[in-house]
Amino acid sequence: MSHYEAPIREPLVLGDKTYHDITEDIAKPIEGKANKNWYIAFYISLAAMLWGFGCIFYTIGTGIGVWGLSKNIGWAWDITNFVWWVGIGHAGTLISAVLLLFRQKWRMAINRSAEAMTIFAVFQAGLFPIIHMGRPWNGYWVLPIPNTYGSLWVNFNSPLLWDVFAISTYLSVSLVFWWTGLLPDFAMIRDRAVKPFQKKIYSLISFGWSGRAKDWQRFEEVSLVLAGLATPLVLSVHTIVSFDFATSVNPGWHSTIFPPYFVAGAIFSGFAMVQTLLGIMRKVTNLEAYITRLHIEYMNIVIILTGGIVAVAYATEFFIAWYTGSPYEYYTYLSVGAATGPYWWAFYSLLLFNIAIPQLLWIKKIRRSFVWSFIISIAINIGMWFERFDIIAIVLSKGHLPSTWWRFEPTFVDVGIFIGTIGFFFVLFLLYARTFPVIAQAEVKTILKSSGEFYKIRRDEQGIPTKPEIKVKKAKGKSTKKDKE
Amino acid sequence: MGASKVIHAFYNDDEILLDAVKAVKAEHHHIEEVFCPFPVHGLDKAMGLEPTRLAIASFMFGVTGLAVAIWMTNYMMIQDWPQDIGGKPSFSWFENMPAFVPVMFELTVFFAAHLMVITFYMRSRIWPFKKAENPDPRTTDDHFLMEIPVAEGDEKKLTALLEKTGAVEINIVDKH
Repeated sequence: MSHYEAPIREPLVLGDKTYHDITEDIAKPIEGKANKNWYIAFYISLAAMLWGFGCIFYTIGTGIGVWGLSKNIGWAWDITNFVWWVGIGHAGTLISAVLLLFRQKWRMAINRSAEAMTIFAVFQAGLFPIIHMGRPWNGYWVLPIPNTYGSLWVNFNSPLLWDVFAISTYLSVSLVFWWTGLLPDFAMIRDRAVKPFQKKIYSLISFGWSGRAKDWQRFEEVSLVLAGLATPLVLSVHTIVSFDFATSVNPGWHSTIFPPYFVAGAIFSGFAMVQTLLGIMRKVTNLEAYITRLHIEYMNIVIILTGGIVAVAYATEFFIAWYTGSPYEYYTYLSVGAATGPYWWAFYSLLLFNIAIPQLLWIKKIRRSFVWSFIISIAINIGMWFERFDIIAIVLSKGHLPSTWWRFEPTFVDVGIFIGTIGFFFVLFLLYARTFPVIAQAEVKTILKSSGEFYKIRRDEQGIPTKPEIKVKKAKGKSTKKDKE
Repeated sequence: MGASKVIHAFYNDDEILLDAVKAVKAEHHHIEEVFCPFPVHGLDKAMGLEPTRLAIASFMFGVTGLAVAIWMTNYMMIQDWPQDIGGKPSFSWFENMPAFVPVMFELTVFFAAHLMVITFYMRSRIWPFKKAENPDPRTTDDHFLMEIPVAEGDEKKLTALLEKTGAVEINIVDKH
């Protein structure tokens, strides 16, 4: 086995870590006590979550009329938030699946948290269509099951039903992918645990993982095949979300570039959210040696690329809308009408946050700066929310009949539910950061010798092989002990 | 049958372990099991493990999922309750097929992924409430453990061999 990696590549694990150090570093946030900042963040998130739940109960108890909708704008903030959260939920599986297929070792430090973020974000996304049903207790009607009123089935021609299949497949496959990867790491925590209760819990959730050679062989095969399956799955999910719009006949929505453009936008926003979360997490969990400047830079490069695709898509939409000369296209979300109409501020926010600010990442200093990356990632999160708001609210506010033109104003319930999902998301993420191994430690151990700073320096500059010399000890007294088996 | 005693040899480096496995194999000893904290590439080949067939199983599960999706869309949309939705009547499955592609794709992935993972869990015998079977807690941290059955009287020779390959700790354990 060779642990060679070109010296020109920057190390991915800093410092002189050993395998045991990695175990210690990853287990520390779980075994230690939470600090004050964690509690402050947790209680703020919890309060936001409870407020959001209150607004959800108010909506369900009173009706969708408590939102700022009308007969022309039948969905606005809820679908904006839905698409926003689904988009955020794209980075995790992209990092663990696509980057696994491309053999990108840097994914190992961030894939666990990115996948956690994916799952929590898709939870939030899933809430919105269910609440918007108005009668969520009938939510199971979207499933292809026979009903008591006759053989009426779901409509497989409808993109909304495709969404049901896409999102539920995506959520469940991501969850299984994540959990399978977690088994060896849970087992590590289990075998270190001293408190009986902790040991019990981690025994339960590690499924009795023992780390046999055959298990590892299967584990690697399963990871590879799951990555192969998840890669087209990631691309399909936001493609199908974009079909919700693209298969309709509204000008501005009925657009063939929506699928690739939505997928690029989803990756763009997903990576931005990973930057936002990891920028903080590496600090509070003392994992600076594993989530390095290089990881931040690589993610920023993906952001530049996908942001560029999004920018080209905006330009295309704007140009084509203008070039058709069609009066219907005059009021789409990327048009002269939108730039000068009542939603001009949303139009320019989109351009500022999504196109102008991310261009700063071309500068290497900014791209490798933790603070700048964090600020820019927040800007992108805002920008991507505006993208969906623009697509939905601006297009719907100017229908085919000018007498129906109307302006959407959110009510406090719209805002409250959105804030509630942000709170819920952070509650889940904060709990995760305290109880789960936030870095795939078993995987990081496999790249330690090839990409660890200590080993790289020794191998490349001092010519010391990664394999240590064997020291034969004198045969000591043989111990015989009873095996429990 | 088989030996009632096993040797547990601990190693603390993956490269040393791999050489040790090869050396023990060259001496025609049977390696019962190797417990590792992380995957060691080439270990399965060195131990002489057969390649896993999970990928083939996954492919077949995927084909099953596709078949289920075709059957389901045909039965529900064409056979059982055909409807005329938006001027696009459901007379034949083939003509309506483009609208079913997303569902066909999703179900293919759903079946292939979930049934493969379930198969993996069953084959490797891992599930909730299963008791872990690694003999030493260090094998999930930074130690590798090679388990070799040993016949009565052979312990000394084998221990010497294992020590030469770089084992950091060797225990002889009764196993029944």
